[in-house]
Amino acid sequence: MIFNKFDPQEDKIFRIIDNEGKVLNSELMPELDDQTVVKAYKSMLFARVADEMAVSFQRQGRMYTYPPILGQEAIQIAAGMIIREDDWLVPAFREVGTMLAKGVLLKEIFLYYLGNEQGSNFTKANHVLPICIPIGSQLLHATGIGYSIKYQKKDEVVFPFIGDGGTSEGDFSEALNFAAVWKVPVIFTIQNNQYAISVPVKSQTKSVNLAVKAIAFGLPGIKVDGNDFFAMYAAYKEASDYARAGNGPVLIEALTYRKGAHTTSDDPSKYRTKEEEQEWAKTDPLIRLKKYMDKKGIWKENEEELTEAYKLEIDSQFTEAENFAPYQLEDIFDYMYEEKPDILEKQKKDYERFQQWKENRK
Amino acid sequence: MSVMTIVQAITNALDIKLGEDKSVVVYGEDTGREGGVFRVTEGLQKKYGSERVFDSPLAESAIVGAGLGMALSGLRPVVELQFDGFTYPAFNQIISNVSRMHNRSRGMYKVPMVIRFPYGGGINALEHHSESPEALYAHIPGLKVVIPSTPHDAKGLMIAAIESNDPVIFMEPKRIYRAIKQEVADDKFSIPIGKAKVLTEGNDVTVVAFGTMIRECQKAIVMAKEAGISVELIDLRTIYPIDKETIAESIKKTGRIVIVAEAPESFSVGAEIMAIANEEAFLYLEAPPKRVMGFDTIVPLAKGEHMYIITPERIFYEIERTVKF
Repeated sequence: MIFNKFDPQEDKIFRIIDNEGKVLNSELMPELDDQTVVKAYKSMLFARVADEMAVSFQRQGRMYTYPPILGQEAIQIAAGMIIREDDWLVPAFREVGTMLAKGVLLKEIFLYYLGNEQGSNFTKANHVLPICIPIGSQLLHATGIGYSIKYQKKDEVVFPFIGDGGTSEGDFSEALNFAAVWKVPVIFTIQNNQYAISVPVKSQTKSVNLAVKAIAFGLPGIKVDGNDFFAMYAAYKEASDYARAGNGPVLIEALTYRKGAHTTSDDPSKYRTKEEEQEWAKTDPLIRLKKYMDKKGIWKENEEELTEAYKLEIDSQFTEAENFAPYQLEDIFDYMYEEKPDILEKQKKDYERFQQWKENRK
Repeated sequence: MSVMTIVQAITNALDIKLGEDKSVVVYGEDTGREGGVFRVTEGLQKKYGSERVFDSPLAESAIVGAGLGMALSGLRPVVELQFDGFTYPAFNQIISNVSRMHNRSRGMYKVPMVIRFPYGGGINALEHHSESPEALYAHIPGLKVVIPSTPHDAKGLMIAAIESNDPVIFMEPKRIYRAIKQEVADDKFSIPIGKAKVLTEGNDVTVVAFGTMIRECQKAIVMAKEAGISVELIDLRTIYPIDKETIAESIKKTGRIVIVAEAPESFSVGAEIMAIANEEAFLYLEAPPKRVMGFDTIVPLAKGEHMYIITPERIFYEIERTVKF
């Protein structure tokens, strides 16, 4: 078992390929055919292009605040390949890659960041929760879903995500503790991208790493090179088999780097150096996987053409989101309750009376 | 029919729903083996097994947060928080997630979940065991807040709460948990959430109360009657959505209103009812609306509590002042 080989108490890190795409641990290499590897790279590329365009749409004033995933694609696409149709994705808010893999439409993601809640009503994706902004609170929902799965004897696993900063929240510890006590099928992922907005992970914890936090709660934990697609895939594969077999939860710390800003409202140059960014740039997950494929001679596509085709597709999805039906007054009121109180109806009518007056005043 | 206390009526409601619906699960701190510190879930684990009625680890945020996850994935959790003053660690989950998930997902996810806890003072308890935080929860869009005052209502409202697809905060009047006994139908019945009940009809003044304070108001009404004052008593039963119509209709008849509740007066349910009086029945008022409520203080410990807790005498005093205004 990979989890046993990389004890977080000794601060070991699970890695399969190095920054040059060279295989370090061939015996731990997951069994993936070349086609699947190429497909994974293309998914990572698509997520990256979509993410970069989202930032650019925001810069053009066409979209509101957006949290980029740039640099964290290997984690998200690897998770997306393991997570099944009936499995549950419980995102924080920096998981666009896994959301896309799970069947959420890009135009829905855009719609949300265009300021419409309808973007969180996923029409094609099964068992995906809306993004959850209150840090860490979503992990408890995952634990509860895990309980449902176990109680209903379903063959499903829950995949919640959190960042490094979120591990300081009480809900993180409570979720791990409850999940371990209840022995429910939950795979917790910490995307340790080194920063909680501006606060570096070393100011977040005195633990030797974040994976080690699993040990005290009595569940397996592992620190994985989150920018190594193969290591992430292998870790998820093993975690999923383990949880699915009824062994309970696991914790994966995926070591990565947030190449972009926290959100489009943030400026990382205020709190980190160019040198540091350049150092981490060497570990970029796409470059590494590309180098691996080049060495093996399995990448035969024209990346520029591919990128152009993706851009057209992404642009068309964005246009669709922009052209979504305008927000109506009832959209504010109709979803607060399943059974709507009369009070809300009256508040809506009062506003309509004002609108009518405003109309007549023109 | 069986004679039941409020505790027994709630146990009975849980028993009925656990019996007929496999998706109902009940848990919290000490709710399994012990049956809860007030014994509301007594006997249920034995009857339904420890997968459905169980003890959770001690963490209120997790009890509620995990319950939300269960509600989103096919279960109907009824979670117990041990005391009013211990609900606050779960506040973030309740306000930031439980109340919003239906809206956040545009109705893709429903939240059929009940969060129940004992509330109120008058039991000589330690700090944090005597609080009435109904206004905090009633202020949160997306929640429904229910407070029964009798065994009959406790059963009917609990069944309605469990069957609701919206999250319900169910506050139980701990001081009268066992003080009131009443004949309650053995079969299943439910009482609609959002409907107040006129308990006593009268002409001179409307008294609105709920939970523990109903019994105190009923004693005050006897005193008022002796003084020649005819009181109409309304049991709110649901805090949110509040039954404006029943309150307004009554004020239109009596022209006066006194609101009785244990919680601190400022920014309270009492304040909301005064707003209703002004908005819906302004021209009918013959005296200023009056609140008989808790001070804007912490509920004192046992030696001082008798001055904080509202007595029938104090209610009568304010009723008489309002009628004589």
